[in-house]
Amino acid sequence: MPAIVSGIIVLLLFQLCGEVVSRIFALPLPGPVLAMVALVIGMALSERLLALVRPVASFLLQNLSLLFVPVGVGAVARLSDLSAHALAIGVSLIGSTLLAICVGALTFEHVARLTGNIDEEDEA
Amino acid sequence: MTDPLLIWSYLESGPLLWLTATLVAYWIGDRIFRLSNGKPWFNPVLLSVIVLGGLLLATGTPYETYFEGAQFVHFMLGPATVSLALPLHANLRRVRKAALPMALALLAGSRTAVVSALGLAWLLGADFGLLASLAPKSATAPVAIGISEKLGGDPSMTAVLVLMTGMIGAIAVTPMLNALGLRDWRGRGFATGVAAHGVGTARALQVHPTAGAFAGIGMGMNAVLTGLIAPLVLQLFR
Repeated sequence: MPAIVSGIIVLLLFQLCGEVVSRIFALPLPGPVLAMVALVIGMALSERLLALVRPVASFLLQNLSLLFVPVGVGAVARLSDLSAHALAIGVSLIGSTLLAICVGALTFEHVARLTGNIDEEDEA
Repeated sequence: MTDPLLIWSYLESGPLLWLTATLVAYWIGDRIFRLSNGKPWFNPVLLSVIVLGGLLLATGTPYETYFEGAQFVHFMLGPATVSLALPLHANLRRVRKAALPMALALLAGSRTAVVSALGLAWLLGADFGLLASLAPKSATAPVAIGISEKLGGDPSMTAVLVLMTGMIGAIAVTPMLNALGLRDWRGRGFATGVAAHGVGTARALQVHPTAGAFAGIGMGMNAVLTGLIAPLVLQLFR
């Protein structure tokens, strides 16, 4: 069986289990995120699993931006709602997103420096 | 020759046309992004959305018709999220080592996103329905939609706000953090994933593999935390 097909099977099976577990236990985590955590554990335990998933997973991640396009086009369907509140939405989204990234990155870097937690592998 | 209108009505009724259009629009967007040497404002998602949005408006095609074709691309978001296990696994040791800065950056970033988004929108006269749709916008789309429903928001509006948040983050993050002089790829990626979920993570993967891995974790962690924080903060604006 071609390697790509078995890679897809692994990803879908993990996602399937993630969705089922997330619903059974009514967890706040979505199925795919649970599946991501489970797959990390799986990869740590099995080199074979890692080798199976690697080609498909790399392909999907290289094209991750593409997958957001269909939802993004939805903005066109909501154009009248968006323009009715254009100022509030624009200022709120731009202001809060930029602020949150800055606060998050500054917090990380300060805490890392204070605790001597330096990344030995690479620096920007 | 067959009437062109018949051909159009055939194409309109199946997924082929808009699936192809989505891939072509993305190919164009990605070409422009690469030709610009990866300049952040030539964001491939934004460019594709503009091209496709223009096409839908010009042809009078409803979004539902478009989505019948585009759903195949949309579906792959799930398996792609699972695939984030790959960079996470490759960086596991570094992730465990950075647990403390990540936990504090998560709390700070997630809370800032919700409080400032609701505060600014409220000051500018947004009604409660819009605030409820806005509250979970930094979380990844499936989670944000679920939270929005519970809070009394409009789920499809939330999906759009989530995407816009991601694009804003993806465009702004590199010049902004360079200007602040932040050099730790772990923190840069992590904060981007927390504030701008998967679209920000896609951008981080373009910039640096370490940033990409940490962005994936930030996105996953904030998916959980937003579910707890958003309802609490929204209470303040009721």
